Amino acid sequence: MLEVSHISKTFNAGTVNEKKAIQDLSLTLADGEFATIVGSNGAGKSTLFNAIAGTFFVDSGLITLDGVDLTFLPNHKRSSRIGHLFQDPLKGTAPHMTIEENLAVAYLRTSHKHTLFGRVNRKDREFFREKLRALDMGLEDRMKTPVGLLSGGQRQALTLLMATMVTPQLLLLDEHTAALDPVTADKVLELTKSIVSERNISCLMITHNMSQALELGTRTIMMDGGRIVLDISGQERAGMTVPQLLDQFAAKAGQKLDNDRILLSTMEELE
Amino acid sequence: MADFFSLNVLQTALEVGLIYALVAMALFVSFSILNIADLSTDGCFTLGCAVGAMLTIAGHPILAIFAAMAAGICSGYVTAFLQTRLGVESILAGIIVNTGLYTINLGVMGFSSNVSIFGCDTVFTLTRSLLGDSSVSRIVLLAVIALIVCVALIRFFGTTLGLSIRATGDSPDMVSASSINPKFTITVGLCLANALTALAGCLIGQYNKTCDINLGTGMVTIALASLIIGEVFAGKKGSIPRRVFCVVLGSIVYRFIIAIALRLNVSTEYFKLVSAVIVAVAIAAPKLKERVKLEKAKSAARRAHQLQQKGGSADA
Repeated sequence: MLEVSHISKTFNAGTVNEKKAIQDLSLTLADGEFATIVGSNGAGKSTLFNAIAGTFFVDSGLITLDGVDLTFLPNHKRSSRIGHLFQDPLKGTAPHMTIEENLAVAYLRTSHKHTLFGRVNRKDREFFREKLRALDMGLEDRMKTPVGLLSGGQRQALTLLMATMVTPQLLLLDEHTAALDPVTADKVLELTKSIVSERNISCLMITHNMSQALELGTRTIMMDGGRIVLDISGQERAGMTVPQLLDQFAAKAGQKLDNDRILLSTMEELE
Repeated sequence: MADFFSLNVLQTALEVGLIYALVAMALFVSFSILNIADLSTDGCFTLGCAVGAMLTIAGHPILAIFAAMAAGICSGYVTAFLQTRLGVESILAGIIVNTGLYTINLGVMGFSSNVSIFGCDTVFTLTRSLLGDSSVSRIVLLAVIALIVCVALIRFFGTTLGLSIRATGDSPDMVSASSINPKFTITVGLCLANALTALAGCLIGQYNKTCDINLGTGMVTIALASLIIGEVFAGKKGSIPRRVFCVVLGSIVYRFIIAIALRLNVSTEYFKLVSAVIVAVAIAAPKLKERVKLEKAKSAARRAHQLQQKGGSADA
């Protein structure tokens, strides 16, 4: 269970560029819960993820995961518990290393057999092949190919595989399909859904697609100005339509949604 | 050809090339793999030579090798500490350590700028007593050392730690989202690289039977030149084993180029300038190629445009 209680983060405090990115935010995510997060640009969605992943330390507040206090744990010590995927597919993999070597980094470091001088053996290689086959992208026959030669979708699928190689306690998906073409995006999303539900991973997913925000998972969270302004699940969420969600946003945030990307993708769907 | 290259010249080039290959491999670790330009290489090379020379004089030529490597590890650790824990720019960290090492190296050599180990037992005299012939034994010993280092490096880069070091240099974003601690991997990488640099320094000291405080000057550029020649042989998509062996090859080729220059009566004073030009041109090559391509595309477009205009006026 993830518990974020009363965290705040201000960037460039005391300067003209001061930005209160997160203000007194609290959030609890139960085991196996899958929540989507929507909000305008600068609402603090990615900042929240970075705070949980440990890219920086929060100014105040507490973050715990399954009872372990993460608040001041450096990010590399959180990574074995938390998987973090970014919008840019280039960020999650090392381009000059082969598929096998990338998987080995993720696997050898997080699995029980972690030793500094551990090596990939035949059994591990078979395990990788099996995992790659499940992606259904033909990557299992290209284990010796440098990752830099793969397409964005293939790299993102590989990143997802690496992040979930050893089941994490929490998966953070920061618009991880937004930079992919629609067909590949659907495929990566399907993979995400199956991996998350199969292994019952707690998951937070940022999206700019409003209908996706209502369809995926079991809970929808809306952020604005570094705060959570709407948090719906169950019956309330089931009966919600995209226009209603937009109206809700206008009411809660006291303003119209100013995110072009959200509006565009929403309009496409309404047509 | 036989006159131009006496066997002796070839042999010396091969021997020295094998020793300098260790420095090139050190830069392969820090520059190619970790993506850090480690400018403490010059000082560290002299450090290895000085530590090795003093122990050789004391009668421990084999221990000298390990002591030199240990000294190199310490030097690498300080460089890494400055950049990972104290936030000093990586290039500056190398320069600072390099400057500090000058005094330390002088101190190791008993505050004299030159130490002779003439007449002392060295690893080369020890192998000669085993194998008999002096030139064969030198090449065998140096080839064995280079081979051991190559194989060890290749094996190492397949381990968890080795793969993590490679990932650190290849994708900082990936590393920050994974459980790799870049401070640790950079530290290990620089310690390893400087151990190799110091090993080369120690061997060159025993080989030349002397140690000079200015021995290392320009070493980083010379080693980079060898490294770049090697990378040309390995190609862009070369695997790690191929790249490591090509670094050794590059170093030997570089020494042959120097040998040719020597035969052409080029004065030794020019070598550093030549190395500098090789490195600058080799690193600038991709950019220059791009530039040429762009200019070609531009003139082609201009010509097409002119042609179109002519065609248009003819129609009218």
